[in-house]
Amino acid sequence: MLKTFKIGGVHPPENKWTADGKIEVLPVPEEVVIPLGQHIGAPATPVVQKGDHVKAGQLIGEAAGFVSAAVHSSVSGTVTAVEERPDAGGIPRPVVVIKVEGDEWMEGINRSERAEHNITASKEEILKAIGAAGIVGMGGAAFPTRVKLSPPPGNTAELLIINGVECEPYLTADHRIMLERAEDIVVGTMILMKALGVKKAVIGIENNKPDAIGKLQGIATKVLGVEICPLKVKYPQGGEKQLIKAVTGKTVPSCGLPIAVGAVVQNVGTALAVYEAVMKRKPLVERIVTVTGTSVKKPGNFLCRIGTPISRLIEAAGGLPADSAKVICGGPMMGRAMANLDAPVTKGTSGILILSEKEALRKPESNCIRCSKCVSVCPMGLEPYLLMDLSRFQLPERLETEKVMDCIECGSCSFTCPSHRPLLDYIRLGKGRTGVMIRNRKK
Amino acid sequence: MNTILITIVSLCAIGIVSAVILYIVAQKFNVEEDPRIDTVEGLLPGANCGGCGYPGCRGLAEAIVKANDMEGLLCPVGGTAGMQKIAAALGREVSEAAPKIAVVRCNGSCDNRPRINRYDGAPSCAVEHALYAGETACIYGCLGCGDCVEACVFDAIHMDETTGLPVVNDKCVACGACVKACPRSIIELRNRGPKERRIFVACVNKEKGGTARKACSVACIGCSKCAKACTFEAISIENNLAYIDFTKCRLCRKCVGVCPTGAIQEINFPARKITPEIQETENTPAVAAEAKETVKPAALTAETAVTGTLVPTAVTVVKEVVVTEEVVTVEEEIVTVEEEIVTVEDVSAGEKAEEPEMTEEREVVEETIPEEEKKEVPRKVDLATDEEIDFKI
Amino acid sequence: MLKMRAMKNRVISPSPHVHSGDSIEKNMYGVLIALIPAFICSVLFFGLGAVLVTLTSVVACLVFEYAIQQFLLRKRPTIFDGSALITGVLLAFNLPSNIPLWIVVIGALVAIGIGKMSFGGLGFNIFNPALVGRVYLLISFPVQMTTWPVPAGVTTPLTDAATGATPLALMKAAVNTGKPVSELISSGVVSGYRDLFLGNLGGSLGEVAAFALLIGFVYLLFRKIITWHIPVMIFVTVFVFAGILHLANPDLFINPVFHLLTGGMMLGAIFMATDYVTSPMSVKGMTVYGIGIGILTVLIRQFGAYPEGMSFAILIMNALTPLLNRYFKPARFA
Repeated sequence: MLKTFKIGGVHPPENKWTADGKIEVLPVPEEVVIPLGQHIGAPATPVVQKGDHVKAGQLIGEAAGFVSAAVHSSVSGTVTAVEERPDAGGIPRPVVVIKVEGDEWMEGINRSERAEHNITASKEEILKAIGAAGIVGMGGAAFPTRVKLSPPPGNTAELLIINGVECEPYLTADHRIMLERAEDIVVGTMILMKALGVKKAVIGIENNKPDAIGKLQGIATKVLGVEICPLKVKYPQGGEKQLIKAVTGKTVPSCGLPIAVGAVVQNVGTALAVYEAVMKRKPLVERIVTVTGTSVKKPGNFLCRIGTPISRLIEAAGGLPADSAKVICGGPMMGRAMANLDAPVTKGTSGILILSEKEALRKPESNCIRCSKCVSVCPMGLEPYLLMDLSRFQLPERLETEKVMDCIECGSCSFTCPSHRPLLDYIRLGKGRTGVMIRNRKK
Repeated sequence: MNTILITIVSLCAIGIVSAVILYIVAQKFNVEEDPRIDTVEGLLPGANCGGCGYPGCRGLAEAIVKANDMEGLLCPVGGTAGMQKIAAALGREVSEAAPKIAVVRCNGSCDNRPRINRYDGAPSCAVEHALYAGETACIYGCLGCGDCVEACVFDAIHMDETTGLPVVNDKCVACGACVKACPRSIIELRNRGPKERRIFVACVNKEKGGTARKACSVACIGCSKCAKACTFEAISIENNLAYIDFTKCRLCRKCVGVCPTGAIQEINFPARKITPEIQETENTPAVAAEAKETVKPAALTAETAVTGTLVPTAVTVVKEVVVTEEVVTVEEEIVTVEEEIVTVEDVSAGEKAEEPEMTEEREVVEETIPEEEKKEVPRKVDLATDEEIDFKI
Repeated sequence: MLKMRAMKNRVISPSPHVHSGDSIEKNMYGVLIALIPAFICSVLFFGLGAVLVTLTSVVACLVFEYAIQQFLLRKRPTIFDGSALITGVLLAFNLPSNIPLWIVVIGALVAIGIGKMSFGGLGFNIFNPALVGRVYLLISFPVQMTTWPVPAGVTTPLTDAATGATPLALMKAAVNTGKPVSELISSGVVSGYRDLFLGNLGGSLGEVAAFALLIGFVYLLFRKIITWHIPVMIFVTVFVFAGILHLANPDLFINPVFHLLTGGMMLGAIFMATDYVTSPMSVKGMTVYGIGIGILTVLIRQFGAYPEGMSFAILIMNALTPLLNRYFKPARFA
């Protein structure tokens, strides 16, 4: 019996067509647009000006505060602008625009293929290197890793969980790195264990990736303290709280952090980035992005520089199909539909999904028939139908007592609703308003 | 007989016992309340709209009685007249407040502001605003999902099907519910003005002129021509956006004439004098009439969306396309460009192709206006070349 | 400009961007499929009468739903979502097969007009519409509603068929006259358990065949249209509660298996109590709701004026559903 989380969950069609596609290296574009706010928290403060010459891996934005991350240039060239440009949603955000000239890297960055497995750095050095490399959670939420590795006083980490679940349909970026960079991931895991001071790490992988489980198992048996935990396929197993429940059986308290049960969760992509940052002194300037969709000509997994326009990635995958109606940045359950294809790849971009007109449009909403399917699939045990109504009627106090802040926005409720009601749309809105209310009260 | 007697007696007994219980309970659990609260509540409209900022009419009544003067307490529904009645009942003075109305400060109709996306989420402006810039390139303008319509309890605001923008009608009592509901703060409460005449900047776009103009043909570009034209210092420019202070504005309409994009709207003013040329145009054959039709969205809607009156600049535009030959070229151009769209975009569905045509027509029409005439018409800005035009004047 | 045009048709919306493909229609027609075995049984037992009553009820429900939506509420009619169809079938299943058809039409009007549309249509009704219709008819036309034809196979004549009492009515009569109920089955007045299970007994046209309804139950569970909680909780409660009573006094209270197999127990528990709109949302709520229906049914059957209590029990618990939703929250993650 495979492990999984207890309540709720759905089984969207997996459609992981690119699982066998080897990671291709995308050529460096002519111009990159690097957003300064690619992470949760304050956007980085730019340290370059228009006209400056930068090298690949050079710091261009300093972390602005504790919850923030440094931003590095992913190419070498000249800074042509430090301005605001529309992000994927069309909303202007501060960016650094760099015109590419050659491919010159910063001194000290080890770009050789040779694996480095000998961890010599101390705990403090590791943390410093991770912070300096601007590493954030690569699963999509993009929370600064340095912050996650610093447990608040009074809490101690006992277990590191590496998230190789990739429960989002279509996406295969994590799957591919687990196959192609398995050793590096395990070394990255060991580095993270050292940084946290824990003796044990579990890599959780859903059972639909048997090759990745086999490969990592083979390596992990040689390493003390690293275990592989195959999990039953169920969305949203990649959610932090769900993964902890599945792997350890422990429950993170409402509105609490995973550290409350002694666990720290990191994505496999993050483990890989940590390996590169610590062992090779390479900051986070590249990532793997899955480009896929029903009518995409050459779907695949691409290694591309941060800041590459997403339109370039789509071109590499055979161009925008004629019937495309919706381009999603991320997976179909939690990703964001893009209003602007010139928006760049950021640290949190795990995939680009192109849906046709038929797949993209929602069906018209009808009355709630109170079938309670949303209640039964909610992985947090909430009542989405009720939260939606409370949000519509703007009752943040009631929303708070109904635990709206526990919502992980996984989208299972909207996914399953037979009446096609936009449950999550309204719940997200209500969650935002309730959050504002709670923050105002604390002041 | 006996049965009837017993019935009467028992009924009376129940009645008396109930009355005694009621009396005792009423005495025991009596809550002392200022009787004036009831008086004031009786004078309030009783709509419980919350427009005053208090929870219902009783809440406002309590606040009024508790306060020492009427400062900052206003029932937007009852208005000044209602407040005066209340003040008289309480033996206080009330200051005069001009009647107000909600004003939608966006004119980004489908014609003025091309749609570049289709929003397919929950029909709520708040939801859309939280995630996206909206269906157009303007990140400040109306999203058109109708949160304001839903918020209005007076049936005073409705969506216009053709423009996709909300329209306020006379039923508005300036309760401010729509102002609060609008996530983009487009709706403002302004003085109703003498004879319901109002002038306001129908734009809230804070982008630089070029960007704003690219997103919407009737955007305020912050050129400050209106501020210079205003003799009463009623217009201020902040963040590339003009704002007309309605307490200072004397409704002279000078600013309306100088605005290069037509972002300033005038409402309920009598029509200005129509020059002879315009009548000629109306008499010319169908071709010219059609030409006028195509020009209208670009030049006319901005100024005359509400009143339907013709303003001088509109007249000049019509003058330009009266020449029949030119009209023909316009149409030819439209056709060629349409074909271009089809080949470039490879639009498959017929209905999809329709939308781009609309905007394309408009752009082409503007392109065909001769260069020398453009100088005479301050309001005419070529969309196709506006990337080069610097709006900082 | 070119780029702008290329973006023209792009759709934007909040996540999620995919849907399970589930719909109201799929669920409603699933329930209808689950009702097919019971319908076949009713035709086999009661003949053409069953077909006529069902057809009349379904058509009347659809017509009333369409008329009310189109002309009174001025909304787009949604008669094809299957909900009116189910109401029609369930109403018919709760009627005797020899009932005059005009009564069926009145029942349909009450079910759709008062039971459903007066609350605002699908999703807003407090009570199960079919049961509202049935109870209205039961109170207004008690004679026609309780004249049960004796099952005589497919060839049962439409009129002048032999009529008889339902097992529950016989039980009630026995209790009222002071006869020990235990003698009912042993003396052969009521058919044996095999007949009760197969449905070879007097009663409403859809409620008699327990095994056919159970096949439908399995189908509903298999398609995940309903969860097991409500029906199973009703069965368990009835069995336990009636069992306790039976153990206390076998002469006055009949054995629990009899309760489970007679009257509207199966139809009510599987198809009426599980109605989406009028049943609680959380598992805890469903459990309490099921227990409530079970207890009320046995209480009404044993101590009430009517021989059958399922309809009333469900309606009473329907009224409590909003309260149950309020107080019985689903198991939270934390």
